[in-house]
Amino acid sequence: MQSELQEFTITAYTENHVGLLHRLTIIFTKRKINIESLTTSESETEGIHRFTIAVTETEEQVIKVVKQIEKQVEVLKADYYTKKEVVQQELALYKISTKSLTNGLEVERIVREHNARFLTIEKHFVVIEKSGFRRETMALFDELKPFGINEFVRSGRIAVSRERDGIGKDVEKILAEAAL
Amino acid sequence: MGTVEVPELTSQPKTTATKRMTGAEAMVRILLEENVDMAFGYPGGAIMPVYDALYDHQDTIHHVLARHEQGAIHMAQGYARANGKVGVCLATSGPGATNLITGIADAQIDSTPLVCITGQVNSSLLGSDAFQECDVLGISMPVTKWNYQITRAEEIPQALAKAFYLARTGRPGPVVIDITKDAQFEEFDFAYQKCTSLRSYTPKPKLDLSKVEEAAELINNAERPYVLFGQGVLLANAEKEFKQFIEKTGIPSAWTIMGLSALETDHPLNVGMLGMHGNYGPNLLTNECDILIAIGMRFDDRVTGNLSTYARQAKVIHLEIDPAEIDKNVSADVPVLGDAKESLTELIKHVKPNSHEEWLQRFRDCDKEEWDKVIEEELHPTTDVLSMGEVIRIINKKTNDDHILVTDVGQHQMVACRYTNFSRSKSNITSGGLGTMGFGLPAGIGAALGAPDRTVIAVVGDGGFQMTMQELATIYQTKAKVKVLLLNNEFLGMVRQWQQLFFEKRYSSTELINPDFQQLAKGFYIPTKKVTERENLDKAIEEFINYDGAYFLEVMVGKENNVFPMVPSGSGVAEIRLE
Ligand SMILES: Cc1ncc(C[n+]2csc(CCOP(=O)(O)OP(=O)(O)O)c2C)c(N)n1
Repeated sequence: MQSELQEFTITAYTENHVGLLHRLTIIFTKRKINIESLTTSESETEGIHRFTIAVTETEEQVIKVVKQIEKQVEVLKADYYTKKEVVQQELALYKISTKSLTNGLEVERIVREHNARFLTIEKHFVVIEKSGFRRETMALFDELKPFGINEFVRSGRIAVSRERDGIGKDVEKILAEAAL
Repeated sequence: MGTVEVPELTSQPKTTATKRMTGAEAMVRILLEENVDMAFGYPGGAIMPVYDALYDHQDTIHHVLARHEQGAIHMAQGYARANGKVGVCLATSGPGATNLITGIADAQIDSTPLVCITGQVNSSLLGSDAFQECDVLGISMPVTKWNYQITRAEEIPQALAKAFYLARTGRPGPVVIDITKDAQFEEFDFAYQKCTSLRSYTPKPKLDLSKVEEAAELINNAERPYVLFGQGVLLANAEKEFKQFIEKTGIPSAWTIMGLSALETDHPLNVGMLGMHGNYGPNLLTNECDILIAIGMRFDDRVTGNLSTYARQAKVIHLEIDPAEIDKNVSADVPVLGDAKESLTELIKHVKPNSHEEWLQRFRDCDKEEWDKVIEEELHPTTDVLSMGEVIRIINKKTNDDHILVTDVGQHQMVACRYTNFSRSKSNITSGGLGTMGFGLPAGIGAALGAPDRTVIAVVGDGGFQMTMQELATIYQTKAKVKVLLLNNEFLGMVRQWQQLFFEKRYSSTELINPDFQQLAKGFYIPTKKVTERENLDKAIEEFINYDGAYFLEVMVGKENNVFPMVPSGSGVAEIRLE
């Protein structure tokens, strides 16, 4: 087991229950682990929610945390993945002044080269959207910076596992058994 | 508030037909359906509708009015642990609810089944900082197994059914139900069905027989196997299977403070107590066994001491119901996940009859050394100063080892647990995980009310007693037959001991200038006696035990006596000190 710090993605399939987010974050707070990002959404199964939590920690600690997460009454299943074990993505939005577009094609070139796109072009501002790894969204940030970025936001990490049947399959099994 | 009409209760456990009633009335009906015959609490504005509903059911649900919500919840804990049922506790919003928190945390860490019901401000006021509003859900979340806020009456049946189910199944624990006042008043069509399963919750992991076989294989080939048992044995009602297992395999067995009384004290394989103030052999020989079999215990740091030197030589088998406990502190070579009763039943089939006479003799040799250096003097002091140990020795004699021992926290707790003889299971109630001073007296009251046919002795120190001593009034009001034994050393003894040993005797804020406890007990109309001389001790204890009712006995003990052996904080178990 690795005892040095590493990036991990923790995934939990849960019931949709008020307060569960708090219950799960307590598990991290209690151990003074910083949550780098946390995303909740629907999962592939109707009525089942999915938490995606990004942390940099030792594997030892992550294993313990995952067990504590799974112990919570409304959690159906939880697991963790290293960077290599997931396909992951983040989404970034950059708001810049529309004026920057009128002084030549520079911004458009940058947007194209970075595989980004214009989400909207308004009278006073444009919003550019880019998804990718952090270093990719940050590379675009750096290039747009000289034009003046009025607002920047990046979403939390979302990720799906590279396993053929992720824990989603286990969840299906649990639900099928419960329905009997 | 109008009077609540009380239709006859159906005798069937499952009410499928609906009846119109208020949320508060429904809550009381549910308590009855869940076999609750006693609840502990303290009223206030936001829980008044429930109290009003209780008024109509006084002959079926006995409500014990504590003098502080902390007292109420420790009573519920004592009740649950003596009686085996879920403890029920009621409190109002705001300060009523926050006063429960210490007990909830205590119940969580010691796996005690509780359902705590707290009133809450009207749902329209939530989040407005209304009078006595407090985020009970948020505050109690880190210390509950589950919690839920009810804002509409129709949520009551399902939420409470879940609460009782979760509190008592699997690894038990405390549940908080916070209910707004308007939901208590609201009328709805009531029907109740008990909860028997939840799709996202597995109370007992399914036993993996291959792990049982692997464990048996290790045990069958072991030369120096060693069993550590905890409260899991008691919670699973696995005492019989546990005994069969150790008797068949002849394995010496030591207990954690929470496992105490699961095996009778004078059983030849009971080698004593683990941990910081445990016995000499059980600590020392942890680092000499070849197979360590942990049953329903969680390797608390008070048991293991320094983990980096803990049982490194041993292969570890861990029988445990909670997957999160596996590899948490000590990694298990063979984890056996499951309920202790089921796991042991299977394990017994696969282990070979054996005895480990030579290995057991090692424990006896250590025991002899501990007797000579510590125990003899503690039980039969050669000085005039009374010791805590001799008081416990006489209590054993007068009760025939058949009482329930409830303890507070400190030196007296360690001494009482070390020296009390137990012949019956589920006879030890203490705050093991949280170490909550103030626990002893109220938990003793709860135990006495929960097990009225047993002699219940609450052993308390002069420090902890003063944290919840107002509950003497609850004794008077309920006539709970709890026997309170105050071991008065005029110090916060355990802290003073550490100051003596590790802080150069700098007794910073540990000396207690105490009130007249005799007058105090008299003020609460409780028969009382104080002993300062050895010659009066025997007779006083006899009267204390035989008195039919509550009794307060204060014994003045050595001011600066210490509890030994001791594994100093941060040391390994093999560094245990006898003096
Ligand atoms: C609520 C709480 N506060 C503080 C402590 C720390 N503490 C542990 S033992 C102890 C001393 C207990 O003194 P006393 O009740 O007189 O019992 P003794 O040790 O003298 O037997 C203290 C202060 C605690 N365990 N619980």
